Amino acid sequence: MNIPFNEKAFTIELADCIRQASCELPDDIEQSLRDALSKEEKQSTAHTVLETITQNIVLAREKSRPLCQDTGLPAFYISYPRKVSPDMIKRSIENALVIATEKGYLRPNAVDPITGKNSGNNLGEGIPALDFSEWDKSEISVKCLLKGGGSENVSAQYSLPSVELSAGRDIKGVEACVIDAVMKAQGNGCAPGIIGVGIGGDRISGYETAKKQLFRKLDDHNEDPKLNELEQTLIKKLNQLEIGPMGLGGKTTVLGVKIGKAHRLPASYFVSIAYMCWACRRKELHFLLEHE
Amino acid sequence: MKTKKLQLPLSIKDISDLHIGDRVLLSGIIVTGRDMAHRWLVDEKPDEVRDTLYQGAIYHCGPIMLKENDQWSCKAAGPTTSIREEPYLADVIQEYGLRCIIGKGGMGEKTQEALIKHHAVYLFAVGGAAVIYADTVESVEHVYQLNEFGVPEALWVLKVKDFPTIVSMDCHGNSLHRNVEKKSKDLLISALQNFTSG
Repeated sequence: MNIPFNEKAFTIELADCIRQASCELPDDIEQSLRDALSKEEKQSTAHTVLETITQNIVLAREKSRPLCQDTGLPAFYISYPRKVSPDMIKRSIENALVIATEKGYLRPNAVDPITGKNSGNNLGEGIPALDFSEWDKSEISVKCLLKGGGSENVSAQYSLPSVELSAGRDIKGVEACVIDAVMKAQGNGCAPGIIGVGIGGDRISGYETAKKQLFRKLDDHNEDPKLNELEQTLIKKLNQLEIGPMGLGGKTTVLGVKIGKAHRLPASYFVSIAYMCWACRRKELHFLLEHE
Repeated sequence: MKTKKLQLPLSIKDISDLHIGDRVLLSGIIVTGRDMAHRWLVDEKPDEVRDTLYQGAIYHCGPIMLKENDQWSCKAAGPTTSIREEPYLADVIQEYGLRCIIGKGGMGEKTQEALIKHHAVYLFAVGGAAVIYADTVESVEHVYQLNEFGVPEALWVLKVKDFPTIVSMDCHGNSLHRNVEKKSKDLLISALQNFTSG
């Protein structure tokens, strides 16, 4: 038996969660961009770029308008109590997406790859991307991530060892992959980026691991001391490349590097890189259930 | 660093006076166009857009547009990645006499050559700064291919005032993108050499 569940209220809260994700950049990311701005010389291109970015963040929040027009492929990570039907949650999310699109908080982004037809409401095959897991709490948690196409296009997956990168199946090899991906991306992923990395897994779980890292706060610490050290090393090395904000040169190329791992097969060693633009639009909704 | 105010359409002289790093505030008519639009312009060579594009500007952008009281308004309009149009843009510049391409990330050698040959310029807009650019739109004048391409891919004809950009590829053969990429590669090579020798 499913417990009572106010679907309408849930849908309204979801639509507002999507609005906030699209219009209100999380504080930790905004602060990190302001820190980057303070490091650049006035009159420099990097300074102009970061000034534009930080002004835009404030305007978007004040006016409740999408801070970036590419609202990406809407992805939701849902934790739900056993007695709630995942199908109902799915339906609510779909309805919320339609509402948020109608109100101009999302760009209609679902395009049929064969006919080229845009569905117009952000629903389509494989869209939205939904990830369900059951938990013991009596609330539904929905984490929403809006990741634009530009940053998705420069995301990458490597299979180690790699002759081209002189990279073996070890931490040094992982490091070489991340540096290569950021070099290749230059400004096209909307630097300064946040680099989600997944070590191991298969082609799907590896990339999922990388993408889930993007929910971590910029100032958190990896529980795994080796990965924590690698994160810190990579931030330093990547920012020495002087690719800079939007790839126009400067001191900040990445705001953070977040690394996770998943068990791999003996034959495979994937390094998956989810490059996130500076506009890392993440938002979490907690929906408490009514008790009978 | 210079900031120049320019009014579209632009002359050869306007373009020749621009150099990488210059700040430009652009006013007049710009036309959004991205992947489907470039294919359309190259494959179909539609005549109805010629007057608007001549000595004008294409903006690599898929905006968020909302129809309110029968009138389109622009809610968010930052740039999209330009390099995807590298196969087409040189032909578009030549065919339509474009003077300006606005986008992000820069373009390759084929486009750079077309900029030199046809006196055109690549202007950089900041990715993600969609509200700032949308607020420069004074009016939505027209739209081409809306039903065929959908909102992001349609060609929106926008009248803008003081649209802020940075010249990142000029008609003199200079590219800020090429410079940054080369520098980052050199820095990486020397870092790797230090690691090997150390």
